[in-house]
Amino acid sequence: MKTNSTVGILGYGAYVPMNRLKGSEICRIWGGYESPIEEKAVANMDEDAVTISVECAKYALKRANINPEEIGAVYVGTESKPYAVKPCGSIVAEAIGATPKVTAADYEFACKAGTEAFQTCIGLVSSGMVKYAMAIGADTAQGRPADALEYTVACGGAAFIFGLKSNSTIAYLEGSYSFVTDTPDFWRRGLEMYPRHGNRFTGDPAYFYHIIGAAKGLMGELGYNPSDFTYAVFHQPNVKFPIKVARTLGFTMDALKPGLVVPLVGNTYAGSTPLGLASTLDFANPGDRILVVSYGSGAGSDAFSFVVQDAITRDRDLDPPVSRFINRKRYIDYSTYVKIRGKIIR
Amino acid sequence: MSVPRYWREEKYRYRLIGSRCSKCGEIFFPRRLVCSKCRSRQLRDYKLSEKGRIVSWTIIRNPPKEYEKYAPYAVGLIELDDGLKIISQLVDLEPEEIKTGMRVEATFRKIREEGSSGIIEYGYKFRPVIE
Repeated sequence: MKTNSTVGILGYGAYVPMNRLKGSEICRIWGGYESPIEEKAVANMDEDAVTISVECAKYALKRANINPEEIGAVYVGTESKPYAVKPCGSIVAEAIGATPKVTAADYEFACKAGTEAFQTCIGLVSSGMVKYAMAIGADTAQGRPADALEYTVACGGAAFIFGLKSNSTIAYLEGSYSFVTDTPDFWRRGLEMYPRHGNRFTGDPAYFYHIIGAAKGLMGELGYNPSDFTYAVFHQPNVKFPIKVARTLGFTMDALKPGLVVPLVGNTYAGSTPLGLASTLDFANPGDRILVVSYGSGAGSDAFSFVVQDAITRDRDLDPPVSRFINRKRYIDYSTYVKIRGKIIR
Repeated sequence: MSVPRYWREEKYRYRLIGSRCSKCGEIFFPRRLVCSKCRSRQLRDYKLSEKGRIVSWTIIRNPPKEYEKYAPYAVGLIELDDGLKIISQLVDLEPEEIKTGMRVEATFRKIREEGSSGIIEYGYKFRPVIE
């Protein structure tokens, strides 16, 4: 999909909570022999998808250096809504000062809800309906105790502010491509606390089929090969999947590495791909081309091609880089984890 | 706190907005309608600095109802960079790490929940500055 007017990213911000639970600690409790990641970020008791979104949004605003009243859309992609009915988007919009002349809502599409918000924001800006639009992917992901997912489900997110391409945008969009089918690989029914998944079914017919479909579709439409991209970000539910998809498509590890945050953060669900893009932008230089492909169960992928602009070097130290959040940590044990994640019923 | 009261104050709690007397320059938080220094009614919204330093602090071990799950937690007297002193919970640090003079910044957090079906009250707390 191409826009009528070229859209760019004006600012981005990331946030990862401070608590870390080691994979080895989960192995100790449940008798696992190997964790798919080293450690994962866990939100504190007073944090949720809204507070994470607000943190990201404030950093993005600072970097974009715009008046929040000029933001015409605030969309939060999450599957960890604190309220079943009451939008996260309106709370975030109020907290950053974007209210009341703003459209706000929440997106749900499992782990690609954040990039689904990208698509809408890009469309709104490109059409001229709004001057600036903010898309956030943030989650405090749920995992059933002892389930394979418990090793990876994590908390964190990133926010992006879109506007028309100018000297102030740090990267502009060349095109996007969405690839969606009805594939029941992972789901959570209403009022259920934890999701269920199809184990190995979440691989080939789900993650790989959709990510590869979206990536090839976008590259085909733009006439690019993997060698045309400096960096690539693929949804990262674990370490193995994004590496396998990169190798299958023909991307190098050097292209993948800056955005691969999952080993030390975990799978932040709707925050995963936006966080990977934020981490990649921390390293990127003007002229670099970045392929971004999310994946959300249910199932689908959004692919984007961004070209980094000169403004990336402007005020680079204004916000903490993603690595600062990765290194800011406090280890917790499993008992603290189940307490702060509300897994103990008092 | 009642839902209407929370709603009335949310903008100020979310964004750390106080009031400033147009006549004598005094800053207040929470905001006031009448200046307690010069009695002027000419007060305007004033965005407070989100950074400051810890002046004093204590650990709450016997918290009020609805804060029990957070105990023990720290509460600090913080002098903001614009000179105003406010009281706030301190987060993302252990009691033994807290020091007078430590640089802190506002963070958006859950303050209180009205059970599992009531509203979630959000607002500011303070944490060590992330640079």
